[in-house]
Amino acid sequence: MRYNEKELQALSRQPAEMAAELGMRGPKKVLKRRLVKLVVNFLFYFRTDEAEPVGALLLERCRVIREEPGAFSISAPSPGFIEDPERKYHFECSSEEQCQEWMEALRRASYEFMRRSLIFYRNEIRKVTGKVCAGLQRAGAGLQVAGVGCRWQRQSSGPG
Amino acid sequence: MAPGSPPDPAIAAMKLNERSLAFYATCDAPVDNAGFLYKKGGRHAAYHRRWFVLRGNMLFYFEDAASREPVGVIILEGCTVELVEAAEEFAFAVRFAGTRARTYVLAAESQAAMEGWVKALSRASFDYLRLVVRELEQQLAAVRGGGGMALPQPQSLPSAPAPVPALPLPRRPSALPPKENGCAVWSTEATFRPGPEPPPPPPRRRASAPHGPLDVAPFARLHECYGQEIRALRGQWLSSRVQP
Repeated sequence: MRYNEKELQALSRQPAEMAAELGMRGPKKVLKRRLVKLVVNFLFYFRTDEAEPVGALLLERCRVIREEPGAFSISAPSPGFIEDPERKYHFECSSEEQCQEWMEALRRASYEFMRRSLIFYRNEIRKVTGKVCAGLQRAGAGLQVAGVGCRWQRQSSGPG
Repeated sequence: MAPGSPPDPAIAAMKLNERSLAFYATCDAPVDNAGFLYKKGGRHAAYHRRWFVLRGNMLFYFEDAASREPVGVIILEGCTVELVEAAEEFAFAVRFAGTRARTYVLAAESQAAMEGWVKALSRASFDYLRLVVRELEQQLAAVRGGGGMALPQPQSLPSAPAPVPALPLPRRPSALPPKENGCAVWSTEATFRPGPEPPPPPPRRRASAPHGPLDVAPFARLHECYGQEIRALRGQWLSSRVQP
């Protein structure tokens, strides 16, 4: 599949949500030290002395699983969520705390998670205030990303 | 490095879990826009009609609507979207910053389709969505708690909406440093006015603590770049809060 590699590389240079040197092992590979950097919904990994990433992992629909203490893995998505050892990346942290931090950050690092959060907050606000957030409605942004896609029908705004 | 190959200062091809991309392209997550578009092959190449699917911050394109795997994907994070002068009608471009960055020229099949695409693509970044979610998160905390997480702004409510910051909303990126780490560049060439303006691409997120509440300074800076939508959003919410 073709993709815009330059832009992805540029993205790897953006400020990261999290970055740390971790032990990393790709499928069937040896454990290596890598600088791992979380930017939006991608996890970039670099050789510790290089500016350009070795690779990137898209974090949509993947599973983040606790492995042995201080370690977690990221499994590529697949139909039926059958774990495929061919596409599992293993990470070793320097502490249990670091491991928890990373797992939590990775859990939230997907567009789909953000989308669900948007729906959640919008609904909660509506419960409390009794009205749909009118600004969002006008903006249209929340509607598009609220998971209703391009066939969404505009609802009338609530009371007030 | 293969022996005999010319010295190449460029990087070896970056690895990417392409199968995960392909999976995301065809899974049951919501689609943010879909339809046929003409895509220009290269600078002097012809247009190819492809089936495009926008999901999240990725624009996938397929041979046709029934294809199981995308031909390719344009990762949209950091792009700007603008109208272009082109031989094709209803053309628009997805542009990236950077010296050798490519511009993707696309053409829709109608004015309405073009406007729909430009709007959808302008809002497609993860950064943008994150900002919207944060805004809602703060609003929820405020409507719930009162004593919860305070909004990073003065408590006195002015009659005009959007009390902070006092800086004028920059319309042209020349007011902003066009750095990758600063506010995103909003093209000066295009005068794009199809109706309600799509928000400018949000600025790059500063490396602040991911879990803590937003500092006033970074949020204010983000806010000034973010656009009128968020200002209206907040103003709307504030004025609704004032009313009995």
